Amino acid sequence: MMGRAFASLLRREALLAWRRRGQQVQPLLFYVLVMLLFPLGIGPESAQLAALAPSLLWITALLAALLAPGALFATDLDEGGIEVWMTCGMPLSWLALAKLLAHALVVALPLVLLSPLLGAWFGLRGEALWMLPATMALGLPVLCWVGALGAALTLGLPRGGMLLALIVLPFYMPVLLFGSGAVHAALAGRPAGGALMLLGALACLALSLVPLAVAGALRASQE
Amino acid sequence: MFQRFAFLASPGKFYAIAGAWLPWLSALTALGFAVGLYWGLRVAPPDYQQGEAYRIIYVHVPAAWLSLFVYVAMAGAGAVALVWRVKLAEAAVYECAVLGASFTALALATGMLWGKPMWGTWWQWGDARLVSELILLFLYFGVLGLHNAIADPRKAARVAAVLALAGVVNVPIVHYSVEWWNTLHQGATVAKFSAPSAHASMLWPLLFMGGMYLLYFATVLLARLRMRLLEREADRQWVRELQHG
Repeated sequence: MMGRAFASLLRREALLAWRRRGQQVQPLLFYVLVMLLFPLGIGPESAQLAALAPSLLWITALLAALLAPGALFATDLDEGGIEVWMTCGMPLSWLALAKLLAHALVVALPLVLLSPLLGAWFGLRGEALWMLPATMALGLPVLCWVGALGAALTLGLPRGGMLLALIVLPFYMPVLLFGSGAVHAALAGRPAGGALMLLGALACLALSLVPLAVAGALRASQE
Repeated sequence: MFQRFAFLASPGKFYAIAGAWLPWLSALTALGFAVGLYWGLRVAPPDYQQGEAYRIIYVHVPAAWLSLFVYVAMAGAGAVALVWRVKLAEAAVYECAVLGASFTALALATGMLWGKPMWGTWWQWGDARLVSELILLFLYFGVLGLHNAIADPRKAARVAAVLALAGVVNVPIVHYSVEWWNTLHQGATVAKFSAPSAHASMLWPLLFMGGMYLLYFATVLLARLRMRLLEREADRQWVRELQHG
């Protein structure tokens, strides 16, 4: 029963994302477009850009993940889905987990797949080039989940966008530190395994705690 | 055992009892600050390295302690508000956020004032404590901003409480990640002050000031909670009795 509800919610989210695939491309376009701003702002010296590239690639991916979850629960609220989840007798955190996994799949995975292309474009070579998608595969889901928590907390508030960023960004900082740090380390030929493991630890922590927090936030904001 | 704390569940009783405590607490806090500041600023010996400049720790370090303590207190009040829906705990979430943000801002300001003579600069990205204190300030701002954005104060308190509880997990992660990030980048070249734990003559006034900051927090929290309950319960029987009795 619980497994079937989980699977059908996951399938529904994936199907909705597929039907709105024009919208799902937007974070990718945003990522490319903002990366395009840096050479224009910093100047065309490729050595300077290559030295900054890990930080720029990570910060821009972080901003893309920050903007993505804005309206994550909005249609569920409008259509009464959240009320059904709360009254259906299943743990709300279990259903939130399905929603979070679908969100990470739809937002983080395309960004992870795009990142090596952008990395090569900005002059990352060798180990740093595969370290970038590796750190993002571990780090971006964390950002998506914490962003979803922010969306649940600000659900139904007018002009919640700026508030969402204010709430969520302090939670993003450790992920940025380790993610960007690991790529910088790989670029300089230093070992990056420690930062990668810490990112994995953060991902496990977020996966286990954020569904509970999202359930608490939905309950607190919707009664 | 729980009967002794039953007054906390009733805003009217809390208002009366806190009102009776407040004059005593205020007097004790004022006296304690006078003693602690005299002890720290005049009696304690100067530091062998930093001379008189180190004395700012008697204002700075307790503020930094309280900035973390109040965050945990806020999350604790938030947990009580979420589980038992005690009105007092709901009000305490917001008041703790206001006071905690003030302590954090004080710790940051005094830390920068101390950094100018010691490091030669107001701001040092290499100091993990300064950076994580700034992030803590923004965590407080997030709680305050979320609370302010929701019109119904009881709902606002519960939503802000969820954020405060999530923040309790985040605070140690931020602190240690910033610290590890520093050691990764800069090694041991960053000037770090060792805590003056070696000298009891410096440590005791510091601990005393810490206690006094805690007392100050309790006093101001009680006063603010009384004010807030009066405002929120303006149409209740116990407030009317206060007005006419």
